[in-house]
Amino acid sequence: MKVILKNIEKEGYDGSIASYISEGGYEALKIALKKTPEDILSELKKSKLVGRGGAAFPTGMKWEFARNSKETPKYVVCNADEGEPGTFKDRLILENDPHMLIEAMAIAGFTVGASQGFIYIRGEYFKAYDVLTAAIEDAVKNNCLGNNILGSDFSFNISLYRGAGAYVCGEETALLDSLEGKKGQSRVKPPFPTFVGYQNKPTVLNNVETLSNVPQIILNGGDWYSKIGSADCPGTKLYCLSGDVKKPGVYELPTGITLKELIDTYGGGVDGKLKAVLPGGVSSSFLAADQLDVKMDYPSLQKAGSMLGSAAVMVVNDTHCMVDLAKRCTEFFDYESCGKCTPCREGTKRAREIFINMSQAAGEATDIALLKELQDVMYDTSRCGLGQAAMNAAGSAMDKFPSEFEKHITKKNCELGICPMEKV
Amino acid sequence: MSLEKCKKQLETILAGCEGKRESLLPCLHAACEQCGHVSEEVISYLAEKLDLPRVEVYSAASFYSMFSLEEMGKNVIRVCVSLSCYLKGSNKVIKALENELSITAGQTTPDKKFTIEPVSCLGLCDKAPAMMVNEEVYGDLTAAKIKDIINQYRQKEAK
Repeated sequence: MKVILKNIEKEGYDGSIASYISEGGYEALKIALKKTPEDILSELKKSKLVGRGGAAFPTGMKWEFARNSKETPKYVVCNADEGEPGTFKDRLILENDPHMLIEAMAIAGFTVGASQGFIYIRGEYFKAYDVLTAAIEDAVKNNCLGNNILGSDFSFNISLYRGAGAYVCGEETALLDSLEGKKGQSRVKPPFPTFVGYQNKPTVLNNVETLSNVPQIILNGGDWYSKIGSADCPGTKLYCLSGDVKKPGVYELPTGITLKELIDTYGGGVDGKLKAVLPGGVSSSFLAADQLDVKMDYPSLQKAGSMLGSAAVMVVNDTHCMVDLAKRCTEFFDYESCGKCTPCREGTKRAREIFINMSQAAGEATDIALLKELQDVMYDTSRCGLGQAAMNAAGSAMDKFPSEFEKHITKKNCELGICPMEKV
Repeated sequence: MSLEKCKKQLETILAGCEGKRESLLPCLHAACEQCGHVSEEVISYLAEKLDLPRVEVYSAASFYSMFSLEEMGKNVIRVCVSLSCYLKGSNKVIKALENELSITAGQTTPDKKFTIEPVSCLGLCDKAPAMMVNEEVYGDLTAAKIKDIINQYRQKEAK
């Protein structure tokens, strides 16, 4: 069952407006423009679609909040700042089927009452930027964007905006600040962007993948979508397989597929002997090799003590040292912390220092307890998801592989010979 | 000097945005692309045009990793050092680049031709370890491949 990659995986499909239209593209927009926004919201709610960027917020509800907000003008913003390490699904859509996103944004604009949309795209996605620039032009030429779209009285424009290399800008409020020309630092929530967003106006902010589901939901109905995959979290999901796996890539599968099936059937199996898996990028918690039966949907992974996030599934084989990986993850968060709130700014720094010490034979017996306490404080008190999740991977590595940490700390020994175990 | 090189582009961007603050990031991108960095001169110019305190322009220019306050090489090599690429040996990629260019990661060659910039995930995880040179993408890297790629750019420079 393909919802999002149905065109991309077709031979000869080139993502141009002609090929998109020949596959039934912009039909959903035509249908939507003849419906009332309330009808569209009701289909979306029936579909039970939730945000695919990681937070899994019900999309129908988000759009309804924005529609019901009294302030004007309203905005639609697409978060194309794909940055969670291990995630490369949005790039695929942006480069190969840009009109699907444009159509979805126009439908969002019509539903919530916005006439301006933005696509905030990663600065490093040069090709996707060029593809989208051309696609927006073509959409305007074909009256799928611009004034009086497809003969209706609805007008909608999309502007492209390039990020400049900041992981935190994937967080919705940091993204909005960046879109306003500031450094990207998160805002205090509430108020949420659906009430106070871009330029303090009501703003619907959705991930590329989330939006990409919308045209098919309009065409086939919310009930149809809600019957795909897991009953409590339906639809398909783009799983990004990377790391020590034989066939890395993006796989669109119904939610609820097990991790084992994903790795073995689609990923061609583990390259080497499996040690651990990060199912949702470096913001998620490690799963051990005996947890492969977990279903790959939001509620199931949460129950398993991890999270699906953006579905960046990173497979780790037994040639890797968990202390080294914990260190690498905390280095990432230390580098990417925006510095606005103290728990994240200081916490990521201290965690990194402690792991570096551990890898250089300077670990202390109290380190594990200290790191656990730090994790709790950062989770409870950081302003945004970056700080709250920064210790997930490192903390779960300590929980699942305690003896490796123990050996580094007390025996000053890295059995795999990866950590330097001397002052560098 | 550096303002001269990008002034025309900055003026176009500023005019398109009616001098609004939202044009700051596009302007900083243009400055980096045209002159390899955001100079003091450019900061002062943008502060005046956008009616912002200099510190606001400086804070944005120093916050984002794609903007540099120091002059970058003509060819910026962005090497992914995030976990997916790290699992597949991004350390070796960095080493090979360092050997080839005789600088350490984060530095620019004295002839200002190359900069090695370790960066967070580039979304090329299925081709790990991966890097970008300017706007070009390179994946499944090995030490031998890196030698070839650098040589290609050297030849381009020599022409």
